Amino acid sequence: MDKLLLLGDEAIAQAAIDAGMSGVYAYPGTPSTEITEYIQKNKIAAERKLHSEWSANEKTAMESALGMSYAGKRAMVCMKHVGLNVAADAFMNSAITGVNGGLIIVVADDPSMHSSQNEQDSRYFGDFAMMPIFEPSNQQEAYNMVYEAFDFSEHFNVPVLVRITTRLAHSRSGIERKTLKNENKNSFPGDLRQFVLLPSIAKKNYRILLGNQARLENESEHSEFNKYIRGDNKSLGIIASGIAYNYLIENFEDEKVPYPVVKISQYPLPSDMIKELYEECETILVLEEGYPFIENKLTGVLGDKKVKGRLTGDLPRDGELNPNHVAVALGIEKPITDYTPNILTGRPPALCPGCGHTDVFIAINEVMKDYGPGKVFSDIGCYTLSALAPLKSINTCVDMGASITMAKGGVDAGLKNVIAFIGDSTFTHSGMTGLLDCVYEKTPITVIISDNDTAGMTGGQSSHAEHMLYKICKGLGVEEDHIRTFTPLRKNHEEAVKILREEIEYEGVSVIIPHRECVRTLERKHKMKVKVTKMN
Amino acid sequence: MKADIILSGVGGQGILSIAATLGTAALQEGLNMKQSEVHGMSQRGGDVSSNMRISDKPIASDLIAKGKADVILSVEPMESLRFISYLKPDGWLITNSKPFKNIAVYPDIEEIYSEIRKIKNHIIVNADEIAAELKSLRSSNIVMLGAATPFFDINFESLKKALQSIFENKGQDVVDKNIAALEKGREFALAEIKKR
Ligand SMILES: Cc1ncc(C[n+]2csc(CCOP(=O)(O)OP(=O)(O)O)c2C)c(N)n1
Ligand code: SF4
Repeated sequence: MDKLLLLGDEAIAQAAIDAGMSGVYAYPGTPSTEITEYIQKNKIAAERKLHSEWSANEKTAMESALGMSYAGKRAMVCMKHVGLNVAADAFMNSAITGVNGGLIIVVADDPSMHSSQNEQDSRYFGDFAMMPIFEPSNQQEAYNMVYEAFDFSEHFNVPVLVRITTRLAHSRSGIERKTLKNENKNSFPGDLRQFVLLPSIAKKNYRILLGNQARLENESEHSEFNKYIRGDNKSLGIIASGIAYNYLIENFEDEKVPYPVVKISQYPLPSDMIKELYEECETILVLEEGYPFIENKLTGVLGDKKVKGRLTGDLPRDGELNPNHVAVALGIEKPITDYTPNILTGRPPALCPGCGHTDVFIAINEVMKDYGPGKVFSDIGCYTLSALAPLKSINTCVDMGASITMAKGGVDAGLKNVIAFIGDSTFTHSGMTGLLDCVYEKTPITVIISDNDTAGMTGGQSSHAEHMLYKICKGLGVEEDHIRTFTPLRKNHEEAVKILREEIEYEGVSVIIPHRECVRTLERKHKMKVKVTKMN
Repeated sequence: MKADIILSGVGGQGILSIAATLGTAALQEGLNMKQSEVHGMSQRGGDVSSNMRISDKPIASDLIAKGKADVILSVEPMESLRFISYLKPDGWLITNSKPFKNIAVYPDIEEIYSEIRKIKNHIIVNADEIAAELKSLRSSNIVMLGAATPFFDINFESLKKALQSIFENKGQDVVDKNIAALEKGREFALAEIKKR
């Protein structure tokens, strides 16, 4: 078969289709978005009618996938690292329920925070849940591991966490496919109460999970994805996990690495391999992308002078690794400081010219001059860029939905004339429950849901809020007189300012819904139309 | 054969099309390739870059190491300077001359050119002008790709074929314009080298 040129994300998607998956569930989030988008556009997926519609958030995605597994079919959930915080309740408990159809959770971490609020390492979550973790080192391995992971999940009655990072997700390479498998048929779990986590059943299931750990570790010791690579120079032993392994190999180009190496792509950690390396070598260098997870397991509280890595400063404590960091840790190279001419200036991302959010912020800036600084709580989306010059409009961005609830906390603490600014997709992700809190307590707050019919930040995915915001807010109990809307355009500036002033003065819950489509999705639709007319 | 190329520019300027063309050509020739690209936040008008690695041997790292890039190919002059610590001492910097001004204070363009001229091997291409002559302003990124082709060992015919397959669904006219852009870019660079 010809090789396909695929992103790491797309390799995962293709593998899941080929392995007979029946549905993917996801909420967009960089760098995981392209997994689901690939399945949405794939021909076999369309023929087989595989589920690939976006979910409202990562928790609903995780639970739907678990339901599909309950019904006997193979399911995959995809999210960015912080999405796992949202899905955590379902995720942790899915390790206790176990699976019926194979279940894979793909989480894409973003070390160096290219497009994220933090760089949390999902391996801790896998470890916490006592789930096996697959951490591919390259695109082909990502394909192979996901293809295998469904069988693995079914065999060991446990979900599998697949952890990738930005570089693998967004790097393209040639991929060889395996044969296309059939989907599972519907079936119920052998025990119809397997998924009833009443204490009596949960205790039993938990003991099964605990009992499974030794078998899972044994699998790691013999996995084709973990390797003990012999080396003659025992002054150093190297543990390299995930894509960090590539940076090691890169430094020796055509030669073999002279030191013994343990390559790790499957967890729980293969402790026999690691112990052997430790016995055999004078010092140990741990190369891993993300937090010092393996290094910390090795050294713990007591420390061990023999072990080097991110904790000892031999590698940087934060940010993603690269071949140069590894060269320095190996003593091959002196640190190279980045040289850039002084004249070079930064080019931060910004709202697109013509974006409707900008018009809303211009109105907010004008009105808030009268109420003082520090009162615009905001959220995650394109509009977060308004924190920067020239707009400098917002004061917070923490996690999806936090604008409304943090504003509420601010009001409860005595702040007056407070705004919560949130996007349509973020509102249906996690804003609705916070608004209900405000309605319940009649909190004096002005919530602005800036509706552009899409999740713009992640590339324009469909939004669950489409044509629904008014109805949702009314249904949650916001008074109809205080659900206002306008079209954010320069010519409507005076109207926007008037509405904002009136609602900020109102001593109760108001929702303002400025509505104008994202100019990027509009542009794309226009292009599509032109293409279709040409084809006709 | 090995080519480590850093592509740079501003979100929306078409460096991913350059990367797709190179990648498709490399795969046609049975070469190994890895290409890491930027998705997400910085696509909103921020600086973007891509690491393109092509080799007849297996490629380990998705990222090019500092001081190892054979070519920096930039569709924007200031952005051509952002990654110069990655260029190897005898590597080539090929950049478009036309600034993309979407920031409050863009540095003096003459100072940028003089920084570029400090690099031993450099070519500054007025790609927008060349593309305008071809009546295909949107092909200025492919003019830039053409200008870089003398500095890596990928078959020129394969690149043309790649353009054919990538732009096919936009009509033969678009394909032809891009092939012409590729050729003009290459001619320009070859003439520049001759002058030296
Ligand atoms: C828990 C979590 N999931 C996903 C993301 C990724 N993400 C950031 S913003 C965004 C979409 C925002 O859409 P919307 O609120 O409508 O604003 P817009 O970008 O359209 O302005 C997504 C999916 C995230 N940061 N956190
Ligand atoms: S992508 Fe859409 S929502 Fe985001 S800044 Fe651009 S126009 Fe605005």
